[in-house]
Amino acid sequence: MKTLPRVDVAIAGGGWSGLLMAKELGARTGLTVAVLERGAPRRPQEYVEGMDELDYAIRLRMMQDASKETVTFRHTSKDKALPMRQFASFLPGDGVGGAGEHWNGSTPRFLPDVFDIHTSTVNRYGAKKLPENHSIQDWGITFNEIEPWYARAEQLLGCSGKAGADRFEGKRSTEFPSPPLKTPYFSSLFAEAVKKLGYSPYPLPSAILSQPYRNPDGIVRAACAYCGFCERFGCMVGAKAQPTNVLLPVISKQKTVSLRTGANVRRIVHKDGKATGVTFIDAKGEEYFQPADLVILSSWTLNNTRLLLLSKAGEPYDPATGKGVLGRNLTHQMTTGGTATLFFDKPLNSFMGSGSTTMVMHDFDGDNFDHTNLDFLRGAQLSSPSYGRRPIANFGAVPPSASVKENWGSEWKKAAVEWFDRTATVTVSAEHVAYKTNYFDLDPTYKDNHGDPLLRMTIDWTDNERNMARFIGTKTAEIGRAMGAREVVPARPLGRYEVNVYKSTHVQGGTIMGASPETSVVNPWLQHWQVENLFVLGASTFPQNASGNPTLTLLAQTLRTADAVVSRYLKKTGRLG
Amino acid sequence: MRRRHFLTLTGSTLGGVLVYGFDKKPKVLHPDGKGDAKTVRIPLKFFTEDEAHIAGAAVGRIFPSDETGPGAKEAGVVVFIDRQLASAFGRDRFRYTEPPFEAGIPEQGYQGKETPREVYREGLKLLGAGFDQLSPAEQDARLKSIETTYFFRLLRQNTIEGMFCDPMHGGNAGTIGWQLIGFPGPYMTWADDMTAHYGEAFRPKPKGISEVLGRKITPWEETAS
Repeated sequence: MKTLPRVDVAIAGGGWSGLLMAKELGARTGLTVAVLERGAPRRPQEYVEGMDELDYAIRLRMMQDASKETVTFRHTSKDKALPMRQFASFLPGDGVGGAGEHWNGSTPRFLPDVFDIHTSTVNRYGAKKLPENHSIQDWGITFNEIEPWYARAEQLLGCSGKAGADRFEGKRSTEFPSPPLKTPYFSSLFAEAVKKLGYSPYPLPSAILSQPYRNPDGIVRAACAYCGFCERFGCMVGAKAQPTNVLLPVISKQKTVSLRTGANVRRIVHKDGKATGVTFIDAKGEEYFQPADLVILSSWTLNNTRLLLLSKAGEPYDPATGKGVLGRNLTHQMTTGGTATLFFDKPLNSFMGSGSTTMVMHDFDGDNFDHTNLDFLRGAQLSSPSYGRRPIANFGAVPPSASVKENWGSEWKKAAVEWFDRTATVTVSAEHVAYKTNYFDLDPTYKDNHGDPLLRMTIDWTDNERNMARFIGTKTAEIGRAMGAREVVPARPLGRYEVNVYKSTHVQGGTIMGASPETSVVNPWLQHWQVENLFVLGASTFPQNASGNPTLTLLAQTLRTADAVVSRYLKKTGRLG
Repeated sequence: MRRRHFLTLTGSTLGGVLVYGFDKKPKVLHPDGKGDAKTVRIPLKFFTEDEAHIAGAAVGRIFPSDETGPGAKEAGVVVFIDRQLASAFGRDRFRYTEPPFEAGIPEQGYQGKETPREVYREGLKLLGAGFDQLSPAEQDARLKSIETTYFFRLLRQNTIEGMFCDPMHGGNAGTIGWQLIGFPGPYMTWADDMTAHYGEAFRPKPKGISEVLGRKITPWEETAS
């Protein structure tokens, strides 16, 4: 193993959080920073040439190569885990920018009570309301503490939206930098209908620009063209904020920051509570030790958890005793229960749109409605997504009245062709609270291409999610009927967790933050409780999933941590209080 | 070195549409023999000629050519599948294929050891030699008998892919799949159209990415190693 010259800061992972930390350190300090990214660089022409459903959305050209490294999955500690041989339930990104390149750009702020969910639930309903086997806990920070950083993150991305449009939103110190995106036909039907039903629709905040924008770093980006190639694609015009169009142009001018691609970090090296650097293997198979005074782990939920487990940094969680913290509170945004399918008389032209051109409502989200007489906690955001409806993924839906018996052949083809552009869904994006029984550890059997154990996920839905999906399903069907759909197919009951159906790429937890080392891996400044010069960034630090998509929150947290590192930690190392 | 196989298609099978051969040169085929060619011989990359005929007949029943419009035959679905199987996808280049292989439960996803190439080789045998010579009703009955197999699921999925993929992949020839359902493909902007067509059909002429950009784009199946 070769030892490289020492740097001040080594950052493992060049996606949203790692590159944002690098940019902040590059702008505010003279520290030498080495970002180690295991994927490849991006080509400038990649995204316009990549407007192709088959290669990108079906064959997953931008995603992590499962043949080299995947995860294993089982429902309970008693079951045998088997590998996810191809990604489907969620899609980890690959290459510079990571999943931040292929995201949909949805940037809601979390509801204020997400951050003190345990306290607020017990205060309102008593501890008895908490579900069996839960491991729900507060985050160790409040909404008001993170609010200024939400505002900073929105300025960085140029978020489109309208202050005051969402009546459930917490305190907001600044207006959105850009007005809301345009409203597609289907979303306009949704907004009209839910208003009539007495609910409160508003345009989803988005990192996709509604008009050209110059951010505080001087980065100028164009407005959205609504081409419909957003989710699972990079943006051809740069209207969707991505690490490569918002952060990379700044970093590339910072002389103290370097980005090394093809560098797969395999261990964080630490001794006596101090990290001394990281080891990585390059694309040629050469192994290196990169010494560093400060180590930042920012390699997405799965790899953050796995690297800490492999590096023995923190006590692994043991579900049998409840002891240990590393790997606990695995959650995954629940989107597969409660969604209603609608069939309309009129065409929807649903090929137009963007990843977050949608109207959305929070009336049945979080604790915005009374749960006293309900058999579940928390709720979901309901929306009318108009992503650009892709034909390979979506062709084939037919309404019950078509009485088609097979899913192939003439009868089916006729109905599926007829209904293709008249089908849409009222979609559910639900909060997933944490349970003692859902966690990560290392798989005893399956290995990656370097011989290291794969990460193992043990996860299943519980009655809380099933009961919530049933309740929410009655609301999405009611909305569908109010929208004037000719036929409404309500959601099927939520079954068990499955890895072969896409939900969202919002897998969270494993290295959670909190107020105590007994129940968390990192403190509220995302500093490792035992290894004080190690900070962990990303949604792996979220103690629970929220109904909203995580990126804005993890960017806000990264900005908050970067500020604490620069203004306090570098002046006086030690545990940040 | 495998023996070279060709799929010979006649103009009447293809019904006068644009077909992309493996050389990527589009050929307009007319049933009456006018145009570039009365028949076209497409070199096969994975299938034998017999296999291509059986697969072609099967996808033609999954997505038939009928009074609703053209189907898998006109779209060139079998050409698309042949190319996919010959590429990284066909040999599972991007799937985790480390042992042990165990059946698992449905929620754990597909756990099979076989690559798509192997699944097709075995699956086409289930349909039997001479499948392409059977009557449509007999073909349907035989497909129905294998409906629950992994091969059939893959064949159906690949048929839909071949109907609606960008034409650069060899399917959706002349964008006939997209024309059928009103999908225009990758246009550079809909900014002026987003709110201009509420409740009425807006059907721009479909174009593939190479046509939109005015230069040849190479699909992944030709570059992934």
